[in-house]
Amino acid sequence: MPAASPGWWAQAAQIARKDLRLEWRSREVLFTMTFLATLVVLIFSFAFIAGDDSSLSPSVTAGILWVAVLFSGTVGLSRTFDREREGEAIRSLLLSPVPRSAIYAGKVVATTVLMFMVELIVTPLAAVFFSTTISTHAAWLALLLLLGTIGFAAVGVVFSAGLLRSRSRDVLLSVMLFPIVAPVVMAGARGTSLLLDPATPDMGGALLWTQVLAVAAVVFVTVGLWAFEPVATGE
Amino acid sequence: MTTLRLDGVGKTFGRHRALIDISTTFSTGQVAVVLGPNGAGKSTLLGILSTLMQPTTGAVLWGAERMGRDSNMRTAVGYVGHEPGLYGDLTARENLSLFGSLYGIPDVGARVGAMLTRVGLGDVRPDAAARTFSRGMMQRLSLARALMHEPPILLFDEPAAALDPQGADWLTGEIRQERAAGRLVLLVTHDLDAAASVADQLLVLRRGRLTFDETRAGGFAPEAVRSLYQEKTRAGG
Repeated sequence: MPAASPGWWAQAAQIARKDLRLEWRSREVLFTMTFLATLVVLIFSFAFIAGDDSSLSPSVTAGILWVAVLFSGTVGLSRTFDREREGEAIRSLLLSPVPRSAIYAGKVVATTVLMFMVELIVTPLAAVFFSTTISTHAAWLALLLLLGTIGFAAVGVVFSAGLLRSRSRDVLLSVMLFPIVAPVVMAGARGTSLLLDPATPDMGGALLWTQVLAVAAVVFVTVGLWAFEPVATGE
Repeated sequence: MTTLRLDGVGKTFGRHRALIDISTTFSTGQVAVVLGPNGAGKSTLLGILSTLMQPTTGAVLWGAERMGRDSNMRTAVGYVGHEPGLYGDLTARENLSLFGSLYGIPDVGARVGAMLTRVGLGDVRPDAAARTFSRGMMQRLSLARALMHEPPILLFDEPAAALDPQGADWLTGEIRQERAAGRLVLLVTHDLDAAASVADQLLVLRRGRLTFDETRAGGFAPEAVRSLYQEKTRAGG
């Protein structure tokens, strides 16, 4: 019999490490997410840019970036949870003495890391395509993206777990997830557009939207910690 | 001897009553086999015993402790299903190390090596992903995972499904070995011959109700299991 429980944080870290190790083996989710996000940026660049002037207004660039994050993140969530469904691995996880909240936290961390890696590739790409300068407030922009991603992952992990045994899970995930995370995407897009404005960046406005994203992340993670167990076990 | 006691256990999903007033006792060092047609409530019963589901009515007691969502009670249970419950992209060693760590097993590396040898996977290629294993090897690894934390209760849900005869024989031997080791083994199966070969206690479920529950010191003959099953799963049986 086990000697001692490893502790909540250690268990959450083990779950996150497991998910990231699984992804590192195939890089399947990472490649798919990056491909999709790049495709979104590319399509919009062809749709919106005409002639020699490739610059777009900051709000359009920000909107395109966050749409790419939204779509690629949804695909990533779906595939990550497919791994739990295959061979009923999730059952073994839920049967272990790990608190379900630690499983949730580990999965949110792993999802956030994967999404953030994609954002680190796609954001500079969007900046090049749309002739936007992102280096001026790069750290702040990264913080905005990170907070938005945490909020997205916090909700997405709960819904993905709840839809594990549903046949139409891929369709349902988008239908259920998008309305809930819409405020996060909108706040992220607004904050990003204010930061990207080359002439007069509105730092006060950007700070406000950063705070909104931070509050949303805290609220969504708190609700997720509480909701994951009944949703994942179907009880 | 520790007992696992079900006291008036019932489970309802919406309007559907999956289990109705189940009362019985299982003992360590015995194999209890649960039979019943599809939809009889066998999987629901396993779900409750494995603590993944909560009974709508009644209680499950392991010794004097009530089994529920408490994560400590989950360490009392090992589960082997028809699906392996493993990560295909991880190796055998990585799978067992992961679950060993989650259960807080000290010196996980040594334990993993011992368990792989114990289930006959000691010589598998260390870098081979579990998804490359045959069905039989997967079930061996699944048993190793379930035994990693030395649980006193071992639940089997159709473990021989899709196994070849050799694999099924190996599994029967393992079930006997776990009984001899003093574990409480509960097997859910449709294979009446397999049931007869290991059962000390036989239970038959029909439409959520327990229609037969008997323990026989000498076990059950295959003919007896067959006729009991036919009689107890028939309407009005």
